This record gives sequence, C-alpha cells and structure tokens, in this order.
Amino acid sequence: MPHKTFFWFFFPTGLAMILFIGLPIVSSFFQSLHIETEQILMEVENCDPFGCETNVRVDLEATAKLKEQNPLGRFNGFGTYADRNHLAFDEIGEAWKSSSSMSDFKDIVLNLPFYKALLFTLTFCFAVTPPVIILGFFVALSINTLAKIMKGPTIFGAILPMIVTPLIGSLVLFWMIDSQGIIGATIQILFDDQNLSLKASSNLTWITLIIYGIWHNTPFAFVVFYAALQTVPHDPIEAALIDGASRFQRVRYIVIPHLYPVATFIMLICLMDNFRVFEPIIGFSAEGVAQSLSWMIYQDLRNENKMLFGSAGATSMLTIVGIAILLTPVLIRTWREFRTER
Amino acid sequence: MESKINKYSKQLIILNSIFILFWLTISVFPFIWTFWGSFKVKADFFSRADWTYAISGFNTLIETGATTTIKAYIESWIEGEFLRATMNTMIVTVSVVTISLFLGTLGAYALSRSTYKYTFYILIAALIFRAMPHITLVSGYLFPFFQLNIWGILPTTIIVLVAINQPFTLWLLYSFFKTVPKELDESALIDGCSYFQAFRYIIMPVMWPGVITAGLFSLMLAYNDFTVTALLLNQENYTMVPKINAYLGTIEHGGNYMWAVASVVSATAPLFMIVMFFQRQLISGLTTGAVKG
Repeated sequence: MPHKTFFWFFFPTGLAMILFIGLPIVSSFFQSLHIETEQILMEVENCDPFGCETNVRVDLEATAKLKEQNPLGRFNGFGTYADRNHLAFDEIGEAWKSSSSMSDFKDIVLNLPFYKALLFTLTFCFAVTPPVIILGFFVALSINTLAKIMKGPTIFGAILPMIVTPLIGSLVLFWMIDSQGIIGATIQILFDDQNLSLKASSNLTWITLIIYGIWHNTPFAFVVFYAALQTVPHDPIEAALIDGASRFQRVRYIVIPHLYPVATFIMLICLMDNFRVFEPIIGFSAEGVAQSLSWMIYQDLRNENKMLFGSAGATSMLTIVGIAILLTPVLIRTWREFRTER
Repeated sequence: MESKINKYSKQLIILNSIFILFWLTISVFPFIWTFWGSFKVKADFFSRADWTYAISGFNTLIETGATTTIKAYIESWIEGEFLRATMNTMIVTVSVVTISLFLGTLGAYALSRSTYKYTFYILIAALIFRAMPHITLVSGYLFPFFQLNIWGILPTTIIVLVAINQPFTLWLLYSFFKTVPKELDESALIDGCSYFQAFRYIIMPVMWPGVITAGLFSLMLAYNDFTVTALLLNQENYTMVPKINAYLGTIEHGGNYMWAVASVVSATAPLFMIVMFFQRQLISGLTTGAVKG
C-alpha cells in the first residue's frame, strides 16, 4: 500500500490516539512539574476602641488573580515526586537514620502513602495471578470434557464474573460478604463472633480483595485456555495412549507443555490489568486499609473544587514507570513474533 | 482411537461435574442472589438476624404487604434519575461503538495491507497505549478540558472512550484482516479499483464477523466504564456505573442502598443478554492474540 493511501486510512484513528492517549501522558508529566499556587496572605489591621491588632488573612482577590494568571500553579520541578505523598526521599532518609532495626525501618517506609499503595498494588497483582492461572486451567479442562450441548450454557455461566465491570462485580460480592449479608452473617454465627467481619482487620480486607480479583480474572484465563485446548494436536496424544500413558500423564506431558506460551500470555495480561486495580477498593469500601496507585490518583482528582493536578500527575508518571517494567516482557515477545513472521 | 481418547472413567466424570458445579455456583450465585434480593427491602437483603429472611421476604411482607416489591426499582428509576443515566449510557455506548468501529476498520485494514516497516512500530505503540491505566490518562485530560471548557459533557467522554478503545480494536481487527486473503482485494486493485473502492466493495462485505467481535468489546468498554465517566462527566450527565457509585456515597435517603442494588440489576441484565447472544464472538475475540499469536 502506498504511503499516501496508508496515511489517509490510518489518519483518523492515529489522530484520536495521539490526541487522547499520547498527549495526555505528556500533559500529565507537565502537570506533575507544577504545584498549586499558595494562598496569598495579607496583614489586616483591625482597630477598635481598645487598640489595634494585626491579623493574617488570606487575600482571596489576589489569590484568585494569581490562579487566573497561572491556572496550573507554580513551577515545582521534581519537587512533587520527592514529597511525602510520593517517593518521600527525606522521610526515608530520616527513617534510615532514626530506626534501630530493619523491621522498624520497613514499618516506617511502608506507612508512607506511596509505598503503602505500591505494596498493596504489587501484592494484589502477584497474589491474584497464580491462582487465576491454575483455576482457569482446571475449569477449562473440566468444561472441555462436557457433552457438546452442555458446553454453551456452562461457558456462559462460567464467564459472568468477567463481563460485569469491576465496580458492580465487587459490589455484588460485597453485599454478600458484608457483616449483614448472607455469607458474612453466616460466618459470624459459625464462629460465634459478633465482631468478625470484612473490616475487622486489614489482612481480612486484603484477602477479600484478592479473592475478588481471582473471581474476576479466572474466566479470562479459562476462556483463553479453553480455546488453546482445542488446538492441542491429536497425534501425540494418540501415540501416548498406545504407549500406555494414563490420563494424568497425557495432561502432564503433552497438554501442559502445549499450553505454556498461552499461560505466559495470560500471566502478563493479568499482571498488567491488575496493576491498575482501584474499582474493587471503592466497591468493597476498603479505602481505609487498602490503597492502590490508581486509587491515589482517583482520590486526588475526585473532588471537583480542589483537584490536585500536580500530585495526580506525579503518581501517574510513577504508575506508568511501573507499567513499563511489567510491559517489557510482552514487548519483547511481540517483537520476536513479528521478526519470525516476516 | 478418537473415542478412546474421549472416554472417561466414572470417577473422573463425577469429580469433573462436582468441580464445574462448584465453579458455576461461585460465578453465578452472587448474581442470582442480588437479583432475588433486589425485590426485597433493605432489612431483608441485609438481615443480620436471619439470612432466610432474604429468601422469604419477612420484613418485606411487614413493610409493603407483599413478599416481593419493586419499590427500589421505581424509586431509583424515577426519583434517583436512573432513567436519565440509562439514556446517557445508551448514547455513549452507541456512539462509541459506531465511531470506534469506523475508525478502527479503516486503520486496521491499512495496517494489515501495508508492507512497510512502520506498521510494526505503530502496532507496538498501540500495545503500549493499550497498557496505560485509564486513570493516568484521565489525570492528563482534566486540566486541559477544564481550560477548554469541554469538561462534563457527553461528546468529550465519547471521544475519549473511542480513543482509549482504539489500540485494542486495532489489534483485534488487524489480526482479523490478516486472515482475509490478500488476493481478494489485490485482484480488485488490478481491475482498476482504488484502495477505497476495494475496501468498500470487496472487504466490507466479508468483514462483519471481525467487526461484530470488535464491536462487542467496544460496547463492553463503553458500557462498563467507570474511571473515565466518573471523572469526566458532571453529575447530571452521569452514566449508569458512576450513578450507582453515587447512590452508595450519599446517605440522605434511607432507601438509597436498595437503589444501588436495584440499579446494579438493571445495569447488568442487558449486558448479560447481549453476551448470551454474542458469546461465540466474545470468546473468539479474547483468544486472538493468545492462540494465534
């Protein structure tokens, strides 16, 4: 296809992507270098019959004027990245000096907002992915053995958790697990403990969120595995059968090796998608004990009157760095595939 | 031989059935429970005293005089303005699907037919764009949108969703167009068609299976989106998902929690119907890229 034709075919979609995906990243970065303007203070002298006193007040007019002149705020360089809510270099340095032991130091660092969120995000990613792959594999294997008429409806039922948006999915589960919902109340009765609930401890909340993550992601793994199972070649299986291999052996030595590349694909997609977790945190109202990087950005932006563009931008940039690290293997894989194709 | 491979021992069949039933219970029961509970009052759906109340509707009978009630639905749809949110969702979904398919088919066709090296870099860039968390993009939109005074309205959100959706659509349709034989449109070109004519008369009639799959994914993205709609729309223009979240946040009405339950059911039901019809396309879409490479 000539360059000119290609250009006109590709122009609309390319423009959309540059304007609304490429530029926002640049804009985020630009915002992260700025910080909200400080309020201008002025001294006012109040005189009454007993004398005069000076008060410090916010000069609303001047502040508004400054904001209008400079809506993005003042230039702050990489200051926002280093502040307490982000990489917190000063706080870490201080903690390093003052803390007596390694665990002490760890405690202080992991209580800083950014590192707390990073810890949860990574824990969530890496705790959800392995069970998803294992469970998805077994569901696919089981459904594959079903009779043909049964397959359609079963698959439909099995993929429901993936179809609904995370917010709705987590709400549906939350309403059951809540201390007044069916499962929550039953657990309380079983353990005879009125205080046992999702919100009782941060560990329980984390576990609930991870269980939700597994519930939501397993259907994707199942569907991909299921499709891959259809492509397993018949000949080696027949040969193994003749040689007297048991069903377990056939699955272990023929089917699983065939599915390895698919499993890595699922793993990478799962890691990438779970890195942006934040809707379940809202659905489970778990803001108190579990914050993720995306949730931090959402929190900075959600108040219409006081949006912290600088802080949100800085967290965004740091999130993108995280994604880039996770993405590298996918990129290398795609690169190689393209090379071999051509 | 074939029959022997697919022959299973009795224990295996039983084990299998138990496992499938176990997974189906986990995946389907929460929705059935919510559906059932949406016809009860709050005291029943969240009954601390006795969970059987939620099934029998003990408090519902006391409060409304019947064991089932559609009070939550009526209130949320009219008083809670869920009707408006539904309309907004429809506008957004239909526009996003139409526009993103239009842009996506053109772009993906060009990508699949060009032999130059830059197509590779474009596809890699699309892959990187696909991986960007939506919230990081939103943090980049807000400030410029406020400055341009286009924040809070539906068209902005539609364009943004279209753009966010493009990378995935491009990849999906690109791998689909690769399976359409090149000879088809090449022969049309030899006969004197321009590329646009070849696309219009040769490719368009055969591209519908791929387009339906891509459309389904655009639909799910637009319908399910929370991140973009919650932050880019003002309260009056909320679509369904942010609206449900808004019900959770306010405590002014006692019945609000049941509003959320009823609207979750209202929002999920159409989606399930669509997926039931297009299950095959959904699955084929999820697996391109994985199985075919």
